[in-house]
Amino acid sequence: MPTVTVTTRDGRTKEITAQSGRSLMENLRAGGIEEILALCGGCCSCATCHVYVEDEWLGALPPVSDDEDDLLSTSGARQSNSRLSCQIRITDALDGIAVTVAPED
Amino acid sequence: MREVRFASGHAYTYGDLIWTAGGRARALPGAHVIRSLADVDALRSQLSHAHRILIVGAGYIGLEAAAVLTKLGKQVTLTEAADRVLSRCAAEPLSRFLEAEHRARGVDLRLSTPDVEAAGFDLVIAGIGIEPNADPLLTAGAEGGDGVLVDDHCRTTLPHVWAAGDCALHRNPFGPDRPIRIESVQNASDMATTIARALTGQPQPYQAMPWFWSNQYDLRLQTVGLSHDHDEVLVRGDPATRKFAVIYRRNGRVIALDCVNNVRDYVQGRALIESGAELAVADLTNPDLPLKSLLES
Repeated sequence: MPTVTVTTRDGRTKEITAQSGRSLMENLRAGGIEEILALCGGCCSCATCHVYVEDEWLGALPPVSDDEDDLLSTSGARQSNSRLSCQIRITDALDGIAVTVAPED
Repeated sequence: MREVRFASGHAYTYGDLIWTAGGRARALPGAHVIRSLADVDALRSQLSHAHRILIVGAGYIGLEAAAVLTKLGKQVTLTEAADRVLSRCAAEPLSRFLEAEHRARGVDLRLSTPDVEAAGFDLVIAGIGIEPNADPLLTAGAEGGDGVLVDDHCRTTLPHVWAAGDCALHRNPFGPDRPIRIESVQNASDMATTIARALTGQPQPYQAMPWFWSNQYDLRLQTVGLSHDHDEVLVRGDPATRKFAVIYRRNGRVIALDCVNNVRDYVQGRALIESGAELAVADLTNPDLPLKSLLES
């Protein structure tokens, strides 16, 4: 099963054993990362599952859709490596991916 | 003494009490409701034997249930007492659009139908709203009525008793000049944050922009702001394209937007509401002009 490394807002890093086929957001929530609010439940309707993806992994991800792009633009903390974690489906190919929880807006 | 006594006989004392009791779905005899996980589990356990399903009430719950059950291949009849769907929370252009979408997918939608006739249906679902759970606080002397009244830090009028979510009657900075209740995830989450901040010595009044969403079929509806007491409704874009927005104004200012398959207007509309700017109708209703650009000019 793929492993996800996540850095929370207090700077601590945690490894999560992820389930392929589920979104990164669902995996983070299941892994106890409560800073990921994911208020809309993962239907790309808010921006409360915002993470920064370590640059080397960006290319392995599906492209940012127009909707995701618009929602990310609502965040004052957006960076070039910003993604909504609900829009990333975990696969074996993403084993080892590292993300950081973006600051709260 | 600060004490809560339960019917079971248990009693708890408290320093502060946070009341987040939500609401209870209004019931119809013999009908399922959709409120809790247990409600949905109970509904699901009956679904395999049910083909003809009656849904009473065309609010968000009724419409979303109709969409899900239709997609599952069920034969859905949706009845609504009012003469349009979402009559309590949206303007007519959105109602008419959603009615056509549901009918096009086979929902037998019956408007202006207040009487429930369950004969001939395998299963009935009631989506006719909730009653706030606030009675114990009101009995204890808290101010309120349709919910328990809270101030901008979510304090009730009882000392050391706080309330948040569906049951909390409050004056919303984006709403009308009277206390209202908001039944939404956003409201529950941000009110809870407001209480947590106050209790941890970092008080910040509840001033979050209200937002809401509803997914039906491939339609993504997103709402920002509160449309209460609007005096003008504008349609931005052509509903026939299945991508448009309904704009609500009060005294010339944009107070809310319902956006269908239109994340951009939802996102940029938020800034429009925050700005309080008075903008030309011709600009607001021109979908080729980004809403953002209206604030820059």
